[in-house]
Amino acid sequence: MLTQIITFLIFVAVIGCILYGRRLIRTEKVDAVFGNPERALGGTHWVIVGSSFLLLVWLYYSWDIAKGFYPKSANELCQVAKVNDSLLGLKYQFPIEQRELKSTSQIKQENRNLKIISKEIQSSTDLSNQQKSILIGFLSKTNQLIPLLTNDDLLESETRQKLNDITGKINLLTENFQKPDYPFETEEELNERLKAVNEEGGWGITKVNAGTGSIENTIEVPLIPATDRGLKFHAAAQELNLISDEFFKIRNHNSQFKDKIKKIKNEIKAYRNDLSDSEEIASTYAKNIVKIARRIEFASIYPPNVLDGMQNAIIKFDIAQMKAQGGLRFIDIFLFPAGTIVASGPSCSEQGSGRWLPKPSDTFNKFVLMSNPSVGYKDIPLLWIDMVDISKIIGFILPDWIADILPGEYPVHTKEGVVKQNFKGAVLKIVTGDFKLLKIPVPYGHIWDSFLRVFLGLVFGILIGVPLGLFMGLNRFAKGFFDPLIELYRPVPPLAWAPLIISVLGIDNTGKVFLLFMVSLSIMIISARAGASGTQLSKIHAAHSLGASKKQILRYVIFPNSLPEILTGIRVAVGMCWGTLVAAEFLAGTTGIGFVENVAKKYFQYEVIWITIFIMGMLGLLFDITLRKIIDKTIPWRGKG
Amino acid sequence: MSDLISQNLNMIFKTPKGETVHALKDLNFTLKKGELLTVLGPSGCGKTTLLNITAGFIRPTSGNITLNDKEIDGPGVERGMVFQQGALFEWLTVAENVNFGLRMKKEDPIKTQKKVNEWLEIVGLKGFGNTPTYQLSGGMQQRVALARCLINDPDLILMDEPLGALDALTREKMQSLVLKIWKETGKTIILITHSVEEALLLGERLYVMAPRPGRIHKEYNLPFASMGLKTDLREIKKDKDFSTKREEILEMIWNMEEEIMGKDI
Repeated sequence: MLTQIITFLIFVAVIGCILYGRRLIRTEKVDAVFGNPERALGGTHWVIVGSSFLLLVWLYYSWDIAKGFYPKSANELCQVAKVNDSLLGLKYQFPIEQRELKSTSQIKQENRNLKIISKEIQSSTDLSNQQKSILIGFLSKTNQLIPLLTNDDLLESETRQKLNDITGKINLLTENFQKPDYPFETEEELNERLKAVNEEGGWGITKVNAGTGSIENTIEVPLIPATDRGLKFHAAAQELNLISDEFFKIRNHNSQFKDKIKKIKNEIKAYRNDLSDSEEIASTYAKNIVKIARRIEFASIYPPNVLDGMQNAIIKFDIAQMKAQGGLRFIDIFLFPAGTIVASGPSCSEQGSGRWLPKPSDTFNKFVLMSNPSVGYKDIPLLWIDMVDISKIIGFILPDWIADILPGEYPVHTKEGVVKQNFKGAVLKIVTGDFKLLKIPVPYGHIWDSFLRVFLGLVFGILIGVPLGLFMGLNRFAKGFFDPLIELYRPVPPLAWAPLIISVLGIDNTGKVFLLFMVSLSIMIISARAGASGTQLSKIHAAHSLGASKKQILRYVIFPNSLPEILTGIRVAVGMCWGTLVAAEFLAGTTGIGFVENVAKKYFQYEVIWITIFIMGMLGLLFDITLRKIIDKTIPWRGKG
Repeated sequence: MSDLISQNLNMIFKTPKGETVHALKDLNFTLKKGELLTVLGPSGCGKTTLLNITAGFIRPTSGNITLNDKEIDGPGVERGMVFQQGALFEWLTVAENVNFGLRMKKEDPIKTQKKVNEWLEIVGLKGFGNTPTYQLSGGMQQRVALARCLINDPDLILMDEPLGALDALTREKMQSLVLKIWKETGKTIILITHSVEEALLLGERLYVMAPRPGRIHKEYNLPFASMGLKTDLREIKKDKDFSTKREEILEMIWNMEEEIMGKDI
């Protein structure tokens, strides 16, 4: 429903904006000469058209428009696909979608194979003349098998009868198929089917396994026919499967052929048994000849024209089923671009752009579902709040050895089996956080974890990088001493460090925060250094003659003067950290937005992959906008000094 | 004896190429308390070097310079400095800039606030206290610089071409302001300038310096500064004595410049 409304709105918006744009050009008083940059200003209406196009392309190529306007089409196309799948084997026997009869092409193929082997044998230097003549004899005998199969006179009446039966069955199916009430479903069957359809759900429905709290894969395309038209195809497909099985069971073997092939096989077997180990090559050739004989035995080779009736029946059925598809064919052509619904074996699936490009509606629904903290992803919500007792935080901050250094001993249980608390024990309880205070909300979840890692890495990088950078900008020793260290690790892509750091510091937060710390440290040092060395000498002189001490000059002149560079550095560092983090979470970990994407990739959950991509984009944008705001607020003098 | 006394001041720089530049040679002068000295000279004559030594930013190669009998050794609050441009702290407002020296001394913020307001009024920036400095015009920025320097109550004020970057009209106004402040505070001032007119107008005493090596070429004692306190500066410029002096000094500087150019070629 929403998709339909949005699609209409897009069309209205695009047309409206184009009309508005044309009117604007006519009425505007801007210098009308080409090349005036003012003509590129404004243009919100073109922004609307651009984003509408983007959305439209997404809706169209993800087949969401098809889903919105024809929600049953996928199910029906699945039934059609089943028919096509069942017909495939039979169709291949005839020049319907191929150029020649299957029999013809097989005979051509085997003749070619026989010729190749014959040439090889004749030109071989490893075979004796005697061996050669024997092998050539086998070849010609094998070659003589083919006419036994293609001779109309030799075709057994039983085989002929079977073929006629199959043709009759196909014709009957075609006849029935065209009847409106085919496949003559009873009331009871109808109710049962509709119940099953209801249970299965619609196209692209997400089911949540309530017990585990994890998102199951979507049912891509519902299998059970939901419409009468679908049922028709479904039933036809089942019948065709039976017919096809029956056909492929038939062997066009007359008594002459049977005798002859038996003889060849035995002769070759005897010949190979007589060969000694040194005559390996002759044995191999003999084996290859037998292989060809076998292929001829099991190929469906028939005399020409015998299958004509069956071919006509199949073509007739094909025409009938095409006709029965009706409007569905146009939906398939126009609303399922770059692919279609394909059946293979027992299941139907989307093949093409609709597969890897999730439908906006599905993506949105899944996002709403994942945002639910009790669903989340892998039992962890995307972003939620947990009530944590302050005592836990106190216990985390206070080191445990505070209790150890206190005088006295920890309490020991008495004879009565009672533990009496003493002062030292009480302190231990406090420093380990084993007490109750009030609870405060603490955020957690995948998004929060990723955010926290970036934040911590950045904070450590700033805390160490900025003072060190300022120091390096002002002091020759510091610059010389720390420069080699930084220049050594900085040019290495951060991800190259990731495997090492993760294996040393662990896959949990420590490793990732350290990695991000490394990333932000070098950026912060370089920017703080640039800021410090860019301070105008006159400002420092002025501060000196105003009586400022060294420390005060650093704090009140050099630091604020470097702020523009430092803040720009932070902005760069955030971008770098964000990129590195996601990749690091790909490598290893149990939480984080990159981890979600990595797991989704393993299960082909394309919607989840796109959701994580959106979340990452949005968070990246959020960081950048926030920092831009901070920069505008804190250093309004930038570029004006 | 609160004089600035310079004895045999020498300053020799070494360029990275290894050449030596004699920036100042045997400079001897005495500046009494309350005098206004202007220093004039072609570029490269060591004006700024002299000022930097006086401020304590650099140390002379030989000789010594004393203020109030104390040898100058490093920068100090008793010697305030006003720069040509760009020495204001952009991240602070006008009032905060003026207050900077007092804040560094950790004086009581309430008292300093009063002082800041007083000084802002003196330099004609009343009501601009909360304006960020980057929003001010060049003339106003120099007013802030003046106030920032004066609030520390220095014995000696060093001005390094303070009006050099201003347009003619603003410059004239600022010249009157400098004279007014000189009169009201009675401070000793050294003012370096490129402009012959400015040097004549403001200087109670005037040194014309010559380059290579940097030295005092000629010394004048001038009446115009004290005249300027009473009459309009433009009237003084019409004075006959003023114009002859101006021509004389201009001639002098032209000759120096020619000498340098000749050497360069």
